[in-house]
Amino acid sequence: MSTRAPGNTLSAAKKRNTPALRDLLHRAVRRFFVSRGFAEVSTPVRLTTPALEPHIDALHDGDAWLRTSPEFQLKRRVMCGAGKIFEIGPCYRAGEQGRLHNTKFTMLEWYETGADYRRLITFTNDLIREVVHEINGEPRFDYQGATIDCSGTADLMTVDNAFRHFAGTPSADAVQAGRFEELLAADIEPRLGRTRPMFLTDYPIEQAGFVKAHNDTPDVCERWELYIAGVELANAGSELTDAADYRQRFVAAAAARRALGRTEYPIDDEFLEVIAAGLPPHAGCALGLDRLLMLLADKVDIQAD
Amino acid sequence: MGDVSILKKGRKIVIDNQPWEVTDFDFCKPGKGQALYRCKLKNMMTGATMDRTFRSSDRIEQANMEECDCVYSYKSGDQYVFNDNDTYDEIFIKEQVLAGRHVYLNENDTCKILFFNQEPLEVTIPFFAELCVTETEPGVRGDTATNVTKAATLNNGIEVQVPLFVNQGDFIRVDTRTGQYVERSKKA
Repeated sequence: MSTRAPGNTLSAAKKRNTPALRDLLHRAVRRFFVSRGFAEVSTPVRLTTPALEPHIDALHDGDAWLRTSPEFQLKRRVMCGAGKIFEIGPCYRAGEQGRLHNTKFTMLEWYETGADYRRLITFTNDLIREVVHEINGEPRFDYQGATIDCSGTADLMTVDNAFRHFAGTPSADAVQAGRFEELLAADIEPRLGRTRPMFLTDYPIEQAGFVKAHNDTPDVCERWELYIAGVELANAGSELTDAADYRQRFVAAAAARRALGRTEYPIDDEFLEVIAAGLPPHAGCALGLDRLLMLLADKVDIQAD
Repeated sequence: MGDVSILKKGRKIVIDNQPWEVTDFDFCKPGKGQALYRCKLKNMMTGATMDRTFRSSDRIEQANMEECDCVYSYKSGDQYVFNDNDTYDEIFIKEQVLAGRHVYLNENDTCKILFFNQEPLEVTIPFFAELCVTETEPGVRGDTATNVTKAATLNNGIEVQVPLFVNQGDFIRVDTRTGQYVERSKKA
């Protein structure tokens, strides 16, 4: 029998009732953001052009595209002076279906003006701790026989250290050899966040998305990902601010998609116009709420409901 | 050649001209990177297994598999002849394709044949066969303390372990997948 706090005796029943657990999760998340001065927003799901990324494919909906993330709509809001905003809503990624993937999934995404990726680590660590505490009565939860302790300060490891330690090769070499994803998935991810949430930081610039390069070491970028029990839960970074940088990344992504034979998406000229004067410094994070729900429900498959 | 997105558990693909079945499948997409399709595969000809990870840029060939419903007709030399239910064609199957289960075949048994590139790869015969016990020791009543089964030879020549109450001349049901006794048959 458990000798932990009384709140924990409810957790077994909560785990079985996933819709009720989802309700608790969403409420806890909203409470956290509201308490930190964030405003909840709702941005368009149907877009004239989807986010231009090499490996993310959008679903076509008549003459529009379904969003793969709310990133560019939220950044428009940041441009218009929104200081702290968050959104919880559906996103759609074509061809993504599996144990941890659903074509349609629920994303929690937020942006904070004036913050950088380091500040977001503490913030996100606090988010996880407080949400778990609210749902489970204590800042820890059991997952597949192990206890995940969310009570401490953030656990960090750089991507390069993780590659050297778990895959036996520097991350730059893995990128060169075209084996970054393979080694990450096979050797590194399963080892991360087994007992405490783990933040994997400083990704190679080739994997930057729309995040800034490091000032001192431009071959890495100011990006991190959160792992719990080997599951990739969130992706965050110090975001690009200059329209020219965005255009450069869009062009590179378009070229990469062309080379891979993927559907071409138009460059979001409207977005570039909106941010022409430059975005304020800001940082953002995208978290897969369905995966967090899966972990809290002690399930191994995101489909299981 | 097709897209890797067809990969899933149960899919049959060709690698080095041989048919492999996906026995386990995991879709992975770490971070901002490309998707990985991590498969456990089983060679349908040799039974060998292997792990292989495919990337979204890989091309894979789906195995050209066809299945036909047929009926076992007769034995001709060392080949077993089946009749296709749709076309009434005769299909000649070598004994090794039956992997030892030729001993269970009875005339008019309903079977399925799986073809790979028009070559017979696997034959699925009925899961149960009715066979007659041609030789066995009489079961001694009350002898359950020491033995619960005894050996019996069946009309197809194979030997199985049967309960003590089974007698010579009885018909029994055998599981063709395991070669084990199932129950006494209703057949007289």
